[in-house]
Amino acid sequence: MVLTELKKGDRAQIKKINADPELKHRLHSFGIIPGEELEVKGCSLARQTMEIEVDGTLFALRKEEAEKIEVEPEKPLSGA
Amino acid sequence: MEKNLIRVALVGQPNVGKSSLINAIAKAKLHVGNFAGVTVEKSEVHTRYCDPDGCAEYEIEIVDLPGVYSLSDYSMEERVTKEFLLTEEYDLIVNVIDATHLQRNLLLTAELLELGRKMVVALNMIDEAREEGIVIDSAQLSQILGVPVVETSARTKEGIEELKAKIVEVYKKPQTESKIIYSDFIEEEIDRLVEFFKAKHYRSEIPYRHLAIRLLREDTSIYKKMHDDPIWIELLPLLRDALDHIYLHAGKKDLAEIFADEHFAFAKGAKMEVISPEHMRAKNWTQKIDNLLINKYLGIPIFLFLMWGLFQLTFTLGQVPMDWIDAGFGWLADQARTLLGDGELASVVADGIIGGVGAVVLFLPNIIILFLGIALLETTGYMSRVAFLLDGFFHKFGLHGKSFIPLVTGFGCTVPAYMAARTLKSRSDRLITLFILGFFSCSARIPVYVLFAGAFFGAEHAGNILFLIYIVGALLGLIAAKILRTYFFKGEDDPFVMEMPKYRLPSLKLIYHVVSGQAMDYLKKAGTFILAASVLIWFASTYPKQPELEAQYRQKIEQVQQEEKRQMLENELQTKKLERSYLGQIGKLTEPFFAPLGFDWRLSVALEAGLAAKEVIVSTMGVLYSLGDEVNGESSSLQKRLKENIDLPTAIAFIVFVMIYIPCLASMAVFLREAGSWRYLGYLFLMTTGAAWLLSFAAYNLTKLLI
Repeated sequence: MVLTELKKGDRAQIKKINADPELKHRLHSFGIIPGEELEVKGCSLARQTMEIEVDGTLFALRKEEAEKIEVEPEKPLSGA
Repeated sequence: MEKNLIRVALVGQPNVGKSSLINAIAKAKLHVGNFAGVTVEKSEVHTRYCDPDGCAEYEIEIVDLPGVYSLSDYSMEERVTKEFLLTEEYDLIVNVIDATHLQRNLLLTAELLELGRKMVVALNMIDEAREEGIVIDSAQLSQILGVPVVETSARTKEGIEELKAKIVEVYKKPQTESKIIYSDFIEEEIDRLVEFFKAKHYRSEIPYRHLAIRLLREDTSIYKKMHDDPIWIELLPLLRDALDHIYLHAGKKDLAEIFADEHFAFAKGAKMEVISPEHMRAKNWTQKIDNLLINKYLGIPIFLFLMWGLFQLTFTLGQVPMDWIDAGFGWLADQARTLLGDGELASVVADGIIGGVGAVVLFLPNIIILFLGIALLETTGYMSRVAFLLDGFFHKFGLHGKSFIPLVTGFGCTVPAYMAARTLKSRSDRLITLFILGFFSCSARIPVYVLFAGAFFGAEHAGNILFLIYIVGALLGLIAAKILRTYFFKGEDDPFVMEMPKYRLPSLKLIYHVVSGQAMDYLKKAGTFILAASVLIWFASTYPKQPELEAQYRQKIEQVQQEEKRQMLENELQTKKLERSYLGQIGKLTEPFFAPLGFDWRLSVALEAGLAAKEVIVSTMGVLYSLGDEVNGESSSLQKRLKENIDLPTAIAFIVFVMIYIPCLASMAVFLREAGSWRYLGYLFLMTTGAAWLLSFAAYNLTKLLI
């Protein structure tokens, strides 16, 4: 599953980043790294750009970049 | 007394309050922004410090490097910062980190530690962290990093003195080794290489450990350096083995990624150790504001409303002090005339200097309000939200969401806007932005717009007209971008990944610094450049003298009895004199070029003078139209004179021309520097002048048809 498939309010764990080394490095330096959790905070009209939160920081991503981020949605845990 | 110079390289990620911190330390004026890449220039500040035990004089020179997320070559800022850290001379690094975003900031800290330089960490915004309930054990952090950590806050001035003391203290102490610890499989290889260097008694400027790390990271510069060294032959197989081991353990061959993972593990580990976990999820009000401001449907209307409000305010609020300034300069000119009599001197002072400079100073309130608005957008963090909102739309025109920052800056002044375009990574994105920036009317054009809008549409509609001008200009820019992207610069798209900084209440001091700086620049320009231009234009419009013409008219005037007729003749004389002056001659010469647009020679001259700077247009008109005026008459206002001399289609065509053609000399120089080629400057000139002429022609004829 990739990031663009998530909806506002969804939480997920970053699994893999399928980008060229340069963009990957960029995302890394932001702290967008496999293993980290993210939350989708919002999308612009037509889902062209989306806003995510990683480790307390907000980031804006374009659809093309968000598609390169593989995620695993977090199941709503009961009682935890 | 002994004097010591300490050169400090100030490094940090964007939005960590680096420049505010410098302001707090050095009380120097610096531009501070809440947007990635606002601080691009290196700036140096001096401050003095008295060491407690020896009380020696120290001079700390702080180089404020552009904010970067990491030391790669991704953006212009990163290149500048990396280049400086690797090649320039400095004594130590002060790494400013945002206490509220510790983990991400520590990623850069890890990279900086690898440089193996003396370092002090300023744990900035510590007051904000406390407010959010984040408790950081800075002593523990200092232990982990192996460098001193000082808790600071630029806002409350906390830790400022301590930071200075630490800088001196670290400067005096010998170099220590980096404390960053990697995973075991990397540490093993580092040890092996270090052992090898030790055995060979290898002479190295940097500690063995750093040398080993840089070799393992495949740092090109170090490879180049060691390549010709005899040790290289023995080192090579060792290194190959080491890298093979690392690849095997990491399960991948991408060294950059392997080390990024290491840094991440380090940063995460460090954060876990110094922050108590229950405090880590602090809610802030940024989210609530974002829910509204970047709402799918409301976001863009809110943005447009804010911009509309800003332009309305620029006009209506600005009107009040403008009336005072206008009256003030009018009074000054009258005083000059009474004092200096009717001669040449009175004319140069009253018409040339006071008229020209007054016409420019008049617009100071507008400019202050506009810059205030832009500074607010920038420092509150709203600017990046707008980039987020507009990226989808901009992308369709071949622009990057981040182009929005230079474009909005362009509403203030095109010169810094050209420089702001450096935040764009891809060359084609940057060039397109540079080319279309001129369409985004800079504040120097406001005087022209305000003058014409006020004269032809009345004060009550002027704000709307101004807004319309800006919107139309921006749309033209977007269309131009699309054309450029489709036919001229087809390059790779720059990925759009951007931090959205927290909303911040702008500090009054900061806003004051930014706005007063801009206002002073504007006044300085009025006092020097525009003063000189005014005098020059006055000269060109009063010389050569035409005694015969004057004598001829004087005779006629004396023969006429009626006051009205006299006045008419007087005006005719003034106009004739102007037409035959140097300025008139230039205007006449170029008139045919502008004739299809309905411009007479006076407007032609004003436009040509405007190539130097747009403010000069108004001051030129001030001179041109006031000379033809009955001196001291009631209708001294330039707006009235314009209305009497120009018809509506011409006025609209003139506004359109001013909207589009090249901003000013200074902007051309900066464009040349940023675009990097004379050829591009030539294209820019042709494109803007061509577009200005064509659209102005269209506007002239359309309006003529309609009225």
